[in-house]
Amino acid sequence: MVTVLSRAGIWLALLLASILAMVGAKDTGFAIQMGIVALATVIGLWVSISKPDYSRLANGLAPPVADQSKYYDDVIRWGVIATVFWGMAGFIGGLLIATQLSFPVFNFEPYLNFGRLRPLHTSAVIFAFGGNALIATSFYVVQRTCRARLAFPGLARFVFWGYQLFIVLAATGYLLGITQGKEYAEPEWYVDIWLTVVWVAYLIVFGGTILKRSEPHIYVANWFYLSFIITVAMLHLVNNLAIPVSFLGSHSVSYFGGVQGALVQWWYGHNAVGFFLTAGFLGMMYYFVPKQAQRPVYSYRLSIIHFWALIFLYIWAGPHHLHYTALPDWAQTLGMVFSVMLWMPSWGGMINGLMTLNGAWDKLRTDPILRMFVMSLAFYGMSTFEGPMMAIKSVNSLSHYTNWTIGHVHSGALGWNGMVTFGAIYYLVPRLWGRERMYSLRMVNWHFWTATIGIVFYASSMWVAGITQGLMWREYGADGYLVNSFADAVAAIHPMYVLRALGGVLYLSGACIMTFNVWKTIAGSLRDEAPMYNIDHHAAADHPLVAAQAA
Amino acid sequence: MNATALYDALRHFADSWGLAAMVVCFVALCAWPFRRGGRQDSDVAAKMIFEEDDNGK
Repeated sequence: MVTVLSRAGIWLALLLASILAMVGAKDTGFAIQMGIVALATVIGLWVSISKPDYSRLANGLAPPVADQSKYYDDVIRWGVIATVFWGMAGFIGGLLIATQLSFPVFNFEPYLNFGRLRPLHTSAVIFAFGGNALIATSFYVVQRTCRARLAFPGLARFVFWGYQLFIVLAATGYLLGITQGKEYAEPEWYVDIWLTVVWVAYLIVFGGTILKRSEPHIYVANWFYLSFIITVAMLHLVNNLAIPVSFLGSHSVSYFGGVQGALVQWWYGHNAVGFFLTAGFLGMMYYFVPKQAQRPVYSYRLSIIHFWALIFLYIWAGPHHLHYTALPDWAQTLGMVFSVMLWMPSWGGMINGLMTLNGAWDKLRTDPILRMFVMSLAFYGMSTFEGPMMAIKSVNSLSHYTNWTIGHVHSGALGWNGMVTFGAIYYLVPRLWGRERMYSLRMVNWHFWTATIGIVFYASSMWVAGITQGLMWREYGADGYLVNSFADAVAAIHPMYVLRALGGVLYLSGACIMTFNVWKTIAGSLRDEAPMYNIDHHAAADHPLVAAQAA
Repeated sequence: MNATALYDALRHFADSWGLAAMVVCFVALCAWPFRRGGRQDSDVAAKMIFEEDDNGK
């Protein structure tokens, strides 16, 4: 009873503090954000009062002790649902901004214009969809490979709900116009501090589970997850060093300025790609691909080299975002050289994943989930080939600031991150909810094809658009003046923008199929459908041959 | 030590001893799975994820 009261007391104190912050706010945006925090504390207060079993408490019984022989999966189930939910939000946002670029009439000022929705889209897909997928799968994989129940389940619940609050604060902040103006690090100082608290708790839960493991060896997937958690913490802390203008206002001033600020930002930005979207998702790959293929990874030793090469090389590649700027030339060259070297571990990892299917390639015919994983690895290979190429200075002089970059990012994000996450969701949902299989494997197949064709439309239209832009911008006439104005290049790529939006429609429709499929599976139904592959059998021809009688 | 001198000192350290130390660490870490008996340990580790498959129940 004392715990119930003290917990409710803490929630009440937080509620009062957030209301005070709301009343004393220096700007409207901060007041609204504190209102959201107050709402979250009201929900926390309500849960802390209504959830305890009062009949047990009245009889003086201690709360039930957790069964260490069972994995703690509640927070993983919530994480899978959150991944699907935020995925839909992020994909719809992406389609909306693609439509805005094609048809500007879809900009609804001021809250839903392109400038505010674009960071909403990127944060929703990277941090909300990808982040929830990483947290959920890391908790699943670390328990299974350590053969130990998750450490600190209460803290794990805090990680989950705290992360959702971070997402909501970031997203509403963008719509209200609150931003640091740093790509992929837009949330302001108070949201950054909150994420730091949540992230430290995440590290404690993940690291604590590794420490209480019963397997002596730490499986390689956990190395990737751990490097993702630690490096993101470091990147987040350094890049978001800022001095708030007021403790009750949403504005802050960055600690770094000028070219130092630019270098820190892209050290952060590129390693967010390297450690959030690559190392973390490789953790998923090294567990789920072998499990779905029912074969051990092709070469465990190659996976160790893949890991260390990625760690040692990726961290230096950021300056390739600043070619031909005020950044010193040696730093640009360093970034380029390390980007090109990254080609080797990336392709080593891709080959390692694909060769895991060695001797089991026939499974691709019958298993659409395995198809998702293989397509994901194929896109990992393609985008990690394209990336180093674009980091070469002479290529970059054509590709930088054009839509080629957008196409490159999406072949990685939609192809590699999206597909491996979809595969992991299809792997996890039947296991987490105790179902025999997904509601429909044929729907998984439909999802696979709509998503794949969507990515093809997206990437190819952006290649054409990007190279068109790059060539038009650098075209000089005989008189030494630029031939095209900026608007000429915009008009030239309009058809490509429309095609890109079509690719988005296809990708989103695949995600809708997945949402329906996941929903039905959790509800407990199985679709009555023909299996994916059958060997032909002709009953009529199945009899002995009798020689024809002579007439 | 003023800021420029500190910068110079750090830069010289980074492209000499710092670089050498990182290369040594990197090579040692990559060579570790190829030590004697490394193959067997790796095979055991790769197959470990198949030892369970009923969610610990």
